[in-house]
Amino acid sequence: MAQKIYPDAASALDGLLQDGLLIACGGFGLCGIPERLLDAVRDSGVKDLTFASNNAGIDNEGIGKLLRTRQVKKMIASYVGENKEFERQYLSGELEVEFCPQGTLAERMRAGGAGIPGFYTKTGVGTLVAEGKETKVFGGQEYILEEGIFADLALVKAWKADTTGNVVFRKTARNFNVPAATCGKVCVVEVEEIVQPGELDPDAIHLPGVYVHRLINGSPYDKKIEFRTTRTEDAG
Amino acid sequence: MTTHDNIATGWTRDQMAARAAQELRDGYYVNLGIGIPTLVANHVPAGMTVTLQSENGMLGIGPFPTEDEIDPDLINAGKQTISQLPHSAYFDSAQSFAMIRGGKIDLTVLGGMEVSETGDIANWMVPGKMIKGMGGAMDLVAGVKKIIVVMEHCAKDGSAKFVPQCTLPLTGRNVVDMVITDLAVFKREDHNSPFRLIELAPGVTADEVKAKTTARYVT
Repeated sequence: MAQKIYPDAASALDGLLQDGLLIACGGFGLCGIPERLLDAVRDSGVKDLTFASNNAGIDNEGIGKLLRTRQVKKMIASYVGENKEFERQYLSGELEVEFCPQGTLAERMRAGGAGIPGFYTKTGVGTLVAEGKETKVFGGQEYILEEGIFADLALVKAWKADTTGNVVFRKTARNFNVPAATCGKVCVVEVEEIVQPGELDPDAIHLPGVYVHRLINGSPYDKKIEFRTTRTEDAG
Repeated sequence: MTTHDNIATGWTRDQMAARAAQELRDGYYVNLGIGIPTLVANHVPAGMTVTLQSENGMLGIGPFPTEDEIDPDLINAGKQTISQLPHSAYFDSAQSFAMIRGGKIDLTVLGGMEVSETGDIANWMVPGKMIKGMGGAMDLVAGVKKIIVVMEHCAKDGSAKFVPQCTLPLTGRNVVDMVITDLAVFKREDHNSPFRLIELAPGVTADEVKAKTTARYVT
Protein backbone atom coordinates (compact mmCIF):
# COMPACT_ATOMS: atom_id res chain seq x y z
CA MET A 1 0.00 0.00 0.00
CA ALA A 2 1.17 3.49 -0.85
CA GLN A 3 2.72 5.28 2.08
CA LYS A 4 0.36 7.94 3.47
CA ILE A 5 2.35 9.07 6.48
CA TYR A 6 4.52 12.16 6.25
CA PRO A 7 6.92 13.48 8.89
CA ASP A 8 5.40 16.96 9.16
CA ALA A 9 2.84 19.36 7.69
CA ALA A 10 5.22 20.98 5.19
CA SER A 11 6.21 17.64 3.65
CA ALA A 12 2.60 16.46 3.62
CA LEU A 13 1.65 19.50 1.53
CA ASP A 14 4.68 19.26 -0.76
CA GLY A 15 3.62 19.50 -4.40
CA LEU A 16 -0.02 20.26 -3.52
CA LEU A 17 0.09 24.01 -3.01
CA GLN A 18 -0.22 26.75 -5.59
CA ASP A 19 -1.83 30.18 -5.86
CA GLY A 20 -5.58 30.32 -6.38
CA LEU A 21 -6.53 26.96 -4.84
CA LEU A 22 -9.98 26.19 -3.44
CA ILE A 23 -9.36 24.64 -0.03
CA ALA A 24 -12.05 22.95 2.08
CA CYS A 25 -11.16 23.20 5.74
CA GLY A 26 -12.65 21.45 8.78
CA GLY A 27 -13.38 22.97 12.17
CA PHE A 28 -16.08 24.85 14.06
CA GLY A 29 -14.75 27.98 15.70
CA LEU A 30 -11.38 26.84 17.01
CA CYS A 31 -12.63 23.30 17.69
CA GLY A 32 -11.14 20.71 15.35
CA ILE A 33 -9.20 23.10 13.11
CA PRO A 34 -6.18 21.71 11.21
CA GLU A 35 -3.74 24.13 12.79
CA ARG A 36 -0.48 22.44 11.76
CA LEU A 37 -1.57 22.29 8.12
CA LEU A 38 -2.83 25.88 8.12
CA ASP A 39 0.51 27.02 9.55
CA ALA A 40 2.29 25.17 6.76
CA VAL A 41 0.05 26.77 4.10
CA ARG A 42 0.88 30.16 5.58
CA ASP A 43 4.62 29.40 5.60
CA SER A 44 4.49 28.27 1.95
CA GLY A 45 3.46 31.78 0.90
CA VAL A 46 0.79 30.68 -1.63
CA LYS A 47 -1.85 33.34 -2.16
CA ASP A 48 -5.24 34.14 -3.72
CA LEU A 49 -6.69 31.17 -1.88
CA THR A 50 -10.40 30.49 -1.54
CA PHE A 51 -11.41 28.76 1.70
CA ALA A 52 -14.64 26.87 2.15
CA SER A 53 -14.85 26.72 5.94
CA ASN A 54 -17.63 27.30 8.44
CA ASN A 55 -15.65 30.11 10.12
CA ALA A 56 -12.58 32.18 9.35
CA GLY A 57 -10.76 31.57 12.63
CA ILE A 58 -10.26 34.40 15.09
CA ASP A 59 -7.70 37.18 14.92
CA ASN A 60 -4.56 35.12 15.01
CA GLU A 61 -5.83 31.56 15.06
CA GLY A 62 -6.80 29.17 12.28
CA ILE A 63 -7.55 30.80 8.92
CA GLY A 64 -7.16 34.11 10.76
CA LYS A 65 -3.39 33.63 10.44
CA LEU A 66 -3.65 33.48 6.65
CA LEU A 67 -5.91 36.53 6.58
CA ARG A 68 -3.24 38.43 8.43
CA THR A 69 -0.67 37.55 5.73
CA ARG A 70 -3.18 38.42 2.93
CA GLN A 71 -3.12 34.95 1.43
CA VAL A 72 -6.90 34.59 1.27
CA LYS A 73 -8.86 36.03 -1.66
CA LYS A 74 -12.27 34.64 -0.82
CA MET A 75 -14.13 32.96 2.06
CA ILE A 76 -17.16 30.70 1.69
CA ALA A 77 -18.44 30.61 5.28
CA SER A 78 -21.57 30.73 7.43
CA TYR A 79 -20.31 32.81 10.35
CA VAL A 80 -17.30 35.10 10.61
CA GLY A 81 -17.73 37.01 13.88
CA GLU A 82 -15.01 37.60 16.47
CA ASN A 83 -12.34 38.42 13.89
CA LYS A 84 -11.19 42.04 13.54
CA GLU A 85 -8.75 41.54 10.67
CA PHE A 86 -11.46 39.73 8.73
CA GLU A 87 -13.82 42.64 9.38
CA ARG A 88 -11.24 45.19 8.21
CA GLN A 89 -10.45 43.35 4.98
CA TYR A 90 -14.09 42.63 4.27
CA LEU A 91 -15.26 46.21 4.81
CA SER A 92 -12.38 47.59 2.69
CA GLY A 93 -13.25 45.21 -0.16
CA GLU A 94 -9.92 43.35 -0.02
CA LEU A 95 -11.61 40.08 0.85
CA GLU A 96 -14.50 38.51 -1.03
CA VAL A 97 -17.07 36.70 1.12
CA GLU A 98 -19.80 34.28 0.09
CA PHE A 99 -22.14 33.73 3.03
CA CYS A 100 -23.61 30.27 2.94
CA PRO A 101 -26.07 28.84 5.50
CA GLN A 102 -24.23 26.40 7.75
CA GLY A 103 -26.23 23.33 6.75
CA THR A 104 -26.08 24.24 3.08
CA LEU A 105 -22.30 24.60 3.35
CA ALA A 106 -21.98 21.19 5.00
CA GLU A 107 -24.24 19.62 2.38
CA ARG A 108 -22.39 21.35 -0.49
CA MET A 109 -19.20 19.70 0.76
CA ARG A 110 -20.89 16.35 1.32
CA ALA A 111 -22.48 16.50 -2.14
CA GLY A 112 -19.19 17.42 -3.81
CA GLY A 113 -17.53 14.50 -2.08
CA ALA A 114 -20.32 12.18 -3.16
CA GLY A 115 -20.15 13.19 -6.82
CA ILE A 116 -23.35 15.26 -6.70
CA PRO A 117 -22.92 18.61 -8.50
CA GLY A 118 -26.12 20.19 -7.20
CA PHE A 119 -29.10 19.66 -4.92
CA TYR A 120 -32.32 21.42 -4.00
CA THR A 121 -32.92 22.74 -0.49
CA LYS A 122 -35.57 24.85 1.20
CA THR A 123 -32.94 26.59 3.33
CA GLY A 124 -32.73 30.23 2.28
CA VAL A 125 -35.88 30.34 0.14
CA GLY A 126 -37.15 33.92 0.06
CA THR A 127 -33.87 35.35 1.40
CA LEU A 128 -30.75 36.99 -0.05
CA VAL A 129 -29.21 33.51 -0.28
CA ALA A 130 -31.73 32.59 -2.99
CA GLU A 131 -30.87 35.52 -5.26
CA GLY A 132 -29.71 34.41 -8.68
CA LYS A 133 -30.33 30.74 -7.91
CA GLU A 134 -32.58 28.43 -9.85
CA THR A 135 -35.74 27.42 -8.00
CA LYS A 136 -38.01 24.44 -8.36
CA VAL A 137 -41.29 23.43 -6.75
CA PHE A 138 -41.60 19.94 -5.30
CA GLY A 139 -44.89 18.95 -3.68
CA GLY A 140 -46.08 22.54 -3.64
CA GLN A 141 -43.02 23.83 -1.82
CA GLU A 142 -40.27 25.97 -3.31
CA TYR A 143 -36.61 24.88 -3.19
CA ILE A 144 -33.39 26.49 -4.39
CA LEU A 145 -30.56 24.86 -6.29
CA GLU A 146 -27.24 24.78 -4.47
CA GLU A 147 -24.00 23.51 -5.97
CA GLY A 148 -21.67 20.89 -4.58
CA ILE A 149 -18.18 21.99 -3.61
CA PHE A 150 -15.33 20.26 -5.41
CA ALA A 151 -12.22 21.48 -3.63
CA ASP A 152 -8.64 21.20 -4.86
CA LEU A 153 -7.47 20.34 -1.39
CA ALA A 154 -9.06 19.37 1.94
CA LEU A 155 -7.39 20.13 5.27
CA VAL A 156 -8.65 18.10 8.19
CA LYS A 157 -7.95 17.63 11.90
CA ALA A 158 -8.85 14.31 13.54
CA TRP A 159 -8.10 12.44 16.74
CA LYS A 160 -6.59 9.12 15.66
CA ALA A 161 -5.76 7.40 12.41
CA ASP A 162 -4.31 4.05 11.56
CA THR A 163 -1.43 3.90 9.11
CA THR A 164 -3.84 3.17 6.22
CA GLY A 165 -5.74 6.42 6.84
CA ASN A 166 -8.84 5.17 8.64
CA VAL A 167 -9.78 8.06 10.91
CA VAL A 168 -11.73 8.69 14.10
CA PHE A 169 -12.68 12.05 15.56
CA ARG A 170 -13.31 13.09 19.12
CA LYS A 171 -16.57 14.65 20.42
CA THR A 172 -17.64 17.90 18.71
CA ALA A 173 -14.25 18.28 16.99
CA ARG A 174 -15.68 16.14 14.17
CA ASN A 175 -17.97 18.91 12.82
CA PHE A 176 -17.02 20.02 9.28
CA ASN A 177 -13.99 17.76 9.11
CA VAL A 178 -15.86 14.83 7.58
CA PRO A 179 -17.66 16.67 4.77
CA ALA A 180 -14.54 18.79 4.08
CA ALA A 181 -12.38 15.66 3.84
CA THR A 182 -14.63 14.02 1.29
CA CYS A 183 -14.88 17.00 -1.10
CA GLY A 184 -11.14 17.49 -1.65
CA LYS A 185 -9.35 16.10 -4.71
CA VAL A 186 -6.56 15.50 -2.23
CA CYS A 187 -7.19 15.26 1.49
CA VAL A 188 -4.46 15.83 4.06
CA VAL A 189 -5.24 14.92 7.66
CA GLU A 190 -3.42 15.81 10.87
CA VAL A 191 -4.07 13.65 13.91
CA GLU A 192 -3.04 13.40 17.54
CA GLU A 193 -2.00 9.78 17.30
CA ILE A 194 -1.23 7.27 14.53
CA VAL A 195 -1.86 3.62 15.40
CA GLN A 196 -1.38 0.28 13.66
CA PRO A 197 -4.17 -1.32 11.57
CA GLY A 198 -6.41 -3.33 13.87
CA GLU A 199 -6.13 -0.93 16.78
CA LEU A 200 -9.19 1.05 15.66
CA ASP A 201 -12.56 -0.71 15.72
CA PRO A 202 -13.60 -1.15 12.04
CA ASP A 203 -17.21 -0.63 13.14
CA ALA A 204 -16.35 2.77 14.58
CA ILE A 205 -14.41 4.46 11.77
CA HIS A 206 -15.77 7.96 11.11
CA LEU A 207 -13.81 8.59 7.89
CA PRO A 208 -12.65 5.53 5.92
CA GLY A 209 -9.10 5.61 4.59
CA VAL A 210 -10.24 5.86 0.96
CA TYR A 211 -10.80 9.58 1.54
CA VAL A 212 -7.42 10.19 3.19
CA HIS A 213 -4.34 10.68 0.99
CA ARG A 214 -1.74 12.08 3.35
CA LEU A 215 -1.42 11.94 7.10
CA ILE A 216 0.70 13.53 9.81
CA ASN A 217 0.91 13.26 13.55
CA GLY A 218 0.66 16.91 14.63
CA SER A 219 0.89 16.39 18.37
CA PRO A 220 1.39 17.76 20.92
CA TYR A 221 -1.64 20.05 20.66
CA ASP A 222 -2.42 22.99 22.88
CA LYS A 223 -6.11 23.27 22.02
CA LYS A 224 -7.58 26.75 22.33
CA ILE A 225 -10.98 27.47 23.87
CA GLU A 226 -13.01 30.44 22.64
CA PHE A 227 -15.47 30.72 25.52
CA ARG A 228 -14.55 28.95 28.73
CA THR A 229 -17.81 28.34 30.60
CA THR A 230 -18.00 26.29 33.79
CA ARG A 231 -20.31 25.44 36.65
CA THR A 232 -19.36 24.93 40.26
CA GLU A 233 -19.55 21.33 41.46
CA ASP A 234 -22.63 21.74 43.65
CA ALA A 235 -24.65 23.80 41.16
CA GLY A 236 -24.98 20.71 38.90
CA MET B 1 -46.42 57.84 24.62
CA THR B 2 -47.96 55.60 27.20
CA THR B 3 -47.15 56.03 30.85
CA HIS B 4 -45.86 52.48 30.95
CA ASP B 5 -42.60 53.27 29.20
CA ASN B 6 -39.60 52.08 31.20
CA ILE B 7 -41.82 50.73 33.95
CA ALA B 8 -40.95 47.27 35.20
CA THR B 9 -43.93 45.38 33.82
CA GLY B 10 -43.78 42.33 31.63
CA TRP B 11 -41.43 39.38 31.63
CA THR B 12 -37.70 39.41 32.28
CA ARG B 13 -35.37 37.57 29.92
CA ASP B 14 -35.44 34.57 32.21
CA GLN B 15 -39.24 34.63 32.45
CA MET B 16 -39.49 34.77 28.65
CA ALA B 17 -37.28 31.67 28.54
CA ALA B 18 -39.49 30.00 31.16
CA ARG B 19 -42.55 30.77 29.04
CA ALA B 20 -40.90 29.22 26.00
CA ALA B 21 -40.10 26.15 28.10
CA GLN B 22 -43.84 25.60 28.58
CA GLU B 23 -43.92 24.58 24.91
CA LEU B 24 -41.56 21.64 25.56
CA ARG B 25 -43.01 18.12 25.51
CA ASP B 26 -41.60 14.88 26.84
CA GLY B 27 -39.31 13.24 24.30
CA TYR B 28 -38.74 16.38 22.22
CA TYR B 29 -35.48 16.98 20.37
CA VAL B 30 -34.81 20.70 20.63
CA ASN B 31 -32.31 23.21 19.26
CA LEU B 32 -31.83 26.39 21.28
CA GLY B 33 -30.35 29.55 19.77
CA ILE B 34 -27.85 31.86 21.41
CA GLY B 35 -28.93 34.45 24.04
CA ILE B 36 -32.34 34.22 25.75
CA PRO B 37 -33.13 30.89 24.02
CA THR B 38 -30.14 29.26 25.77
CA LEU B 39 -31.85 30.02 29.11
CA VAL B 40 -34.76 27.74 28.15
CA ALA B 41 -32.54 24.78 29.14
CA ASN B 42 -32.77 25.93 32.78
CA HIS B 43 -36.57 25.60 32.75
CA VAL B 44 -37.19 22.09 31.45
CA PRO B 45 -40.07 20.84 33.65
CA ALA B 46 -39.12 18.20 36.22
CA GLY B 47 -39.68 14.63 35.03
CA MET B 48 -39.59 15.63 31.37
CA THR B 49 -36.86 14.31 29.07
CA VAL B 50 -35.83 16.79 26.43
CA THR B 51 -32.76 16.15 24.26
CA LEU B 52 -30.91 19.29 23.19
CA GLN B 53 -29.24 19.37 19.78
CA SER B 54 -26.14 21.44 19.09
CA GLU B 55 -25.72 22.09 15.37
CA ASN B 56 -21.94 21.66 15.52
CA GLY B 57 -22.63 17.95 15.94
CA MET B 58 -24.15 16.71 19.17
CA LEU B 59 -27.39 15.42 20.63
CA GLY B 60 -27.72 15.43 24.40
CA ILE B 61 -26.03 18.62 25.55
CA GLY B 62 -25.08 18.43 29.22
CA PRO B 63 -24.55 21.32 31.65
CA PHE B 64 -21.46 23.52 31.63
CA PRO B 65 -18.49 21.43 32.82
CA THR B 66 -16.76 21.80 36.15
CA GLU B 67 -13.27 23.27 35.95
CA ASP B 68 -11.85 19.72 35.96
CA GLU B 69 -14.12 18.49 33.19
CA ILE B 70 -13.34 21.23 30.62
CA ASP B 71 -12.60 19.70 27.23
CA PRO B 72 -11.63 21.87 24.21
CA ASP B 73 -13.11 19.17 21.95
CA LEU B 74 -16.55 19.59 23.53
CA ILE B 75 -18.32 22.85 22.77
CA ASN B 76 -21.80 24.05 21.84
CA ALA B 77 -22.78 26.11 18.80
CA GLY B 78 -22.01 29.27 20.77
CA LYS B 79 -18.45 27.91 21.16
CA GLN B 80 -18.88 27.58 24.94
CA THR B 81 -17.46 24.56 26.74
CA ILE B 82 -20.17 22.05 27.71
CA SER B 83 -20.41 18.46 29.02
CA GLN B 84 -21.88 15.23 27.70
CA LEU B 85 -24.64 13.03 29.11
CA PRO B 86 -24.96 9.24 29.19
CA HIS B 87 -27.22 9.32 26.11
CA SER B 88 -25.21 11.89 24.11
CA ALA B 89 -24.29 11.23 20.50
CA TYR B 90 -21.77 12.99 18.25
CA PHE B 91 -21.89 13.37 14.46
CA ASP B 92 -20.53 15.57 11.70
CA SER B 93 -22.00 18.84 10.42
CA ALA B 94 -23.60 17.29 7.33
CA GLN B 95 -25.42 14.74 9.52
CA SER B 96 -26.34 17.50 11.98
CA PHE B 97 -28.08 19.56 9.32
CA ALA B 98 -29.57 16.50 7.68
CA MET B 99 -31.57 15.97 10.88
CA ILE B 100 -32.45 19.68 11.03
CA ARG B 101 -33.40 20.05 7.36
CA GLY B 102 -35.02 16.63 7.38
CA GLY B 103 -37.58 17.66 9.99
CA LYS B 104 -36.33 15.41 12.80
CA ILE B 105 -35.96 18.24 15.32
CA ASP B 106 -39.25 19.04 17.07
CA LEU B 107 -38.68 22.58 18.22
CA THR B 108 -36.26 25.46 17.96
CA VAL B 109 -36.21 28.64 20.01
CA LEU B 110 -34.46 31.56 18.34
CA GLY B 111 -33.85 35.24 18.95
CA GLY B 112 -35.23 37.76 16.45
CA MET B 113 -34.70 41.31 15.24
CA GLU B 114 -38.07 41.40 13.43
CA VAL B 115 -40.98 39.02 12.88
CA SER B 116 -43.70 39.79 10.34
CA GLU B 117 -47.43 39.15 10.66
CA THR B 118 -47.06 36.39 8.04
CA GLY B 119 -44.34 34.59 9.99
CA ASP B 120 -41.24 35.91 8.24
CA ILE B 121 -38.21 36.29 10.50
CA ALA B 122 -35.15 38.53 10.22
CA ASN B 123 -32.36 37.86 12.67
CA TRP B 124 -29.02 37.75 10.88
CA MET B 125 -28.13 40.98 9.15
CA VAL B 126 -28.44 44.74 9.47
CA PRO B 127 -27.44 46.40 6.16
CA GLY B 128 -24.63 48.88 6.58
CA LYS B 129 -23.33 47.18 9.70
CA MET B 130 -20.74 44.43 9.91
CA ILE B 131 -22.24 41.19 8.60
CA LYS B 132 -21.24 38.18 10.66
CA GLY B 133 -23.24 35.61 8.76
CA MET B 134 -26.37 33.55 9.29
CA GLY B 135 -24.67 30.52 10.84
CA GLY B 136 -27.28 27.78 11.08
CA ALA B 137 -30.32 30.04 11.53
CA MET B 138 -31.64 29.74 7.96
CA ASP B 139 -31.38 25.95 8.08
CA LEU B 140 -33.15 25.80 11.43
CA VAL B 141 -36.13 27.94 10.40
CA ALA B 142 -36.41 26.00 7.12
CA GLY B 143 -36.33 22.55 8.66
CA VAL B 144 -37.44 22.38 12.30
CA LYS B 145 -41.06 21.40 12.94
CA LYS B 146 -41.94 24.27 15.29
CA ILE B 147 -40.27 27.68 15.39
CA ILE B 148 -40.56 29.90 18.46
CA VAL B 149 -39.05 33.37 18.40
CA VAL B 150 -38.21 35.00 21.73
CA MET B 151 -37.45 38.71 21.52
CA GLU B 152 -38.00 42.07 23.20
CA HIS B 153 -41.33 43.50 22.09
CA CYS B 154 -39.77 46.80 21.01
CA ALA B 155 -36.35 47.80 19.72
CA LYS B 156 -34.14 50.09 21.79
CA ASP B 157 -35.57 53.13 19.99
CA GLY B 158 -39.09 52.00 20.95
CA SER B 159 -40.09 50.84 17.47
CA ALA B 160 -42.12 47.67 17.04
CA LYS B 161 -40.36 44.41 16.20
CA PHE B 162 -43.53 42.45 15.40
CA VAL B 163 -44.35 44.21 12.14
CA PRO B 164 -46.51 43.97 8.99
CA GLN B 165 -43.43 43.25 6.87
CA CYS B 166 -39.80 42.83 7.85
CA THR B 167 -37.54 45.69 6.78
CA LEU B 168 -34.34 43.73 7.44
CA PRO B 169 -33.07 40.91 5.18
CA LEU B 170 -34.97 37.71 5.96
CA THR B 171 -33.70 34.56 7.61
CA GLY B 172 -36.81 32.68 6.51
CA ARG B 173 -40.20 33.33 4.92
CA ASN B 174 -43.45 32.24 6.55
CA VAL B 175 -41.77 29.98 9.11
CA VAL B 176 -42.55 31.33 12.61
CA ASP B 177 -45.18 29.55 14.72
CA MET B 178 -45.00 31.50 17.97
CA VAL B 179 -43.63 34.82 19.18
CA ILE B 180 -42.82 35.35 22.85
CA THR B 181 -41.91 38.89 23.87
CA ASP B 182 -41.45 40.57 27.24
CA LEU B 183 -45.10 41.71 26.95
CA ALA B 184 -47.10 38.95 25.29
CA VAL B 185 -47.36 35.65 23.45
CA PHE B 186 -48.63 35.32 19.88
CA LYS B 187 -49.34 31.99 18.24
CA ARG B 188 -50.76 30.72 14.98
CA GLU B 189 -52.23 27.30 14.25
CA ASP B 190 -50.70 26.92 10.79
CA HIS B 191 -48.78 28.92 8.24
CA ASN B 192 -51.94 30.21 6.53
CA SER B 193 -53.53 31.56 9.72
CA PRO B 194 -52.96 34.94 11.38
CA PHE B 195 -51.17 35.19 14.69
CA ARG B 196 -53.43 35.31 17.73
CA LEU B 197 -52.61 37.14 20.96
CA ILE B 198 -52.95 34.30 23.48
CA GLU B 199 -51.30 35.62 26.61
CA LEU B 200 -50.26 38.84 28.33
CA ALA B 201 -47.32 39.20 30.70
CA PRO B 202 -48.22 40.26 34.26
CA GLY B 203 -49.15 43.94 34.46
CA VAL B 204 -49.45 44.29 30.68
CA THR B 205 -52.75 45.20 29.02
CA ALA B 206 -54.02 44.24 25.58
CA ASP B 207 -54.20 47.93 24.73
CA GLU B 208 -50.57 48.42 25.58
CA VAL B 209 -49.59 45.48 23.35
CA LYS B 210 -51.72 46.90 20.56
CA ALA B 211 -50.08 50.31 20.91
CA LYS B 212 -46.62 48.78 20.66
CA THR B 213 -47.31 46.39 17.78
CA THR B 214 -47.65 47.26 14.11
CA ALA B 215 -48.31 43.70 12.93
CA ARG B 216 -51.93 42.70 12.49
CA TYR B 217 -53.06 39.89 14.78
CA VAL B 218 -56.31 38.52 16.08
CA THR B 219 -57.40 38.34 19.70
